[in-house]
Amino acid sequence: MDNKKSAWERIQLVHTKGRPTINDYIPLIFTDFYEMHGDRLYGDDKAIMGGIARLNGMPVTIIAQVKGRDIKENKTCNFAMPHPEGYRKALRLARQAEKFHRPIICFIDTPGAFCGISAEERGQGEAIAKNIAEFMTLHTPIISIILGEAGSGGALALGVCDELAMLENSQYSVLSPRGFASILWKDASREQEASEIMRITAEDMVSLGVAETIIEEPLGGAHNDLDKISENIKEYLSLKIPEKCKKDIDVLLKERYTKFRKIGEFTE
Amino acid sequence: MFEDFFKVVKKRFNDGSDEDERETFKCPRCQSSVLLERYEELHRVCPNCNYHGRLSASERIAITVDRDSFKELDAEMVSGNPIGFPLYAEKQQELREKTGLKDSVVTGTATIKGSPAVIGIMDSHYMMASMGSVAGEKITRAFEYATENSLPVIMFTASGGARMQEGIVSLMQMAKTAGAVKLHSDNGGLYITVMTDPTTGGVTASFASLGDIIIAEPKVLIGFAGRRVIESTIKQKLPDDFQLAEFQHEKGFVDMIVERRKMRSTLSHLLKLHGYYPQEKEV
Ligand SMILES: [Zn+2]
Repeated sequence: MDNKKSAWERIQLVHTKGRPTINDYIPLIFTDFYEMHGDRLYGDDKAIMGGIARLNGMPVTIIAQVKGRDIKENKTCNFAMPHPEGYRKALRLARQAEKFHRPIICFIDTPGAFCGISAEERGQGEAIAKNIAEFMTLHTPIISIILGEAGSGGALALGVCDELAMLENSQYSVLSPRGFASILWKDASREQEASEIMRITAEDMVSLGVAETIIEEPLGGAHNDLDKISENIKEYLSLKIPEKCKKDIDVLLKERYTKFRKIGEFTE
Repeated sequence: MFEDFFKVVKKRFNDGSDEDERETFKCPRCQSSVLLERYEELHRVCPNCNYHGRLSASERIAITVDRDSFKELDAEMVSGNPIGFPLYAEKQQELREKTGLKDSVVTGTATIKGSPAVIGIMDSHYMMASMGSVAGEKITRAFEYATENSLPVIMFTASGGARMQEGIVSLMQMAKTAGAVKLHSDNGGLYITVMTDPTTGGVTASFASLGDIIIAEPKVLIGFAGRRVIESTIKQKLPDDFQLAEFQHEKGFVDMIVERRKMRSTLSHLLKLHGYYPQEKEV
């Protein structure tokens, strides 16, 4: 593993051109992938993709935020900023996974939910809220993995899970360091300083009880060795999915609730 | 010359009058100035456009529940500093002294025209009612208490969003509260959200949007993303009525818009329609 990089260095790293996206990982981790489309209510959001595949032969449901690898792809997937119909597609596929007893694997990679007129008109807040609440009691194991950046409620909508893993250089934050600096200090240019104060690295998440596992990246970052990072992710899933599937579902749900229930710092 | 005289008289009159010294309230919706006294008499409703302004938690309790029926839960809870944000503790201490609140949410049990309920009120005077560890824990406990005791929950929501000074820990409060709402709902409990000014951000994207029945007060702001964030993303100005209660009603995210003066009787009727009748004699 690299010597510990600063939060700021990691932000630069996950924005490096060539950082693998879900489209790079799927063929190297899964087989028989069939993508499913649409929320059956409004449309098909390309910022979140989902489908069925096999992990070591076992059927699983995949739900993932999609970053583009170039400007053309990014225009299609809206820079991985989902609209409400993306979250509603995710919930539809998650409920199907529950029905057919498939574990769910969520890949998180988003700067946040899209902020725009259409997203508000179609209930961005409601869509995220519904996913968070429903995922809490889905009767099937859920593993979430943060690939790059995980921003705000738009990430949490795929982040209610039995276990959260983060790629070594990925980040999870309540809002972007730029937004944080601009709101709290009225000075967006202090984003680097904000990134160091906010505690957004994988190690921070483990120490705050938000994440359980850090998946090691190849030297210099995931883009340096796609095969190796895919192998690391697959190894992690191959260990965790059977482990969670073996658990009594009531125990699993209780542990899922408790995982979030205990986060917070207060005195009384 | 006569004109000059008139000016002087007018000036003197203004200087000597109470009128100008009396405080006014500037309505954020219609921009009209209203005498503060009048605005307060109307329980902070703009007489010009019916905008329902912000109440403190204690004002809300006073106009909503039966006299002396409110029993606060977790009254002493105060926040830690989970990410060690500079001066967070000092700022909180200052606000506690200024507002008399311990944090942005007050929860408790009460009766409304005799019907029992668990009530939560977010007070925008405390850090724009942002949700951090204390708000998250108190709201979660309120739902858990209601689940254990088969009680309905009424949440008066207001929030600028997540408590950024608590970093990722504030985001996790969304999962905590929404999870507790889900368990309450699965247990058959009634949950009524009353959205007040402003209900935005992480609160909209968690427990606020999960009510079985969602009520909003007139003209209040309800949305996920902030107006300025959207304007800077799409590079155009938003219409004035964007994200107001009436907009959300039109789009199907709010069941009904209820005026403040009718809120108590509306809540009482809805509780009774769901079988929550007065348990002892009506207060
Ligand atoms: Zn007005």
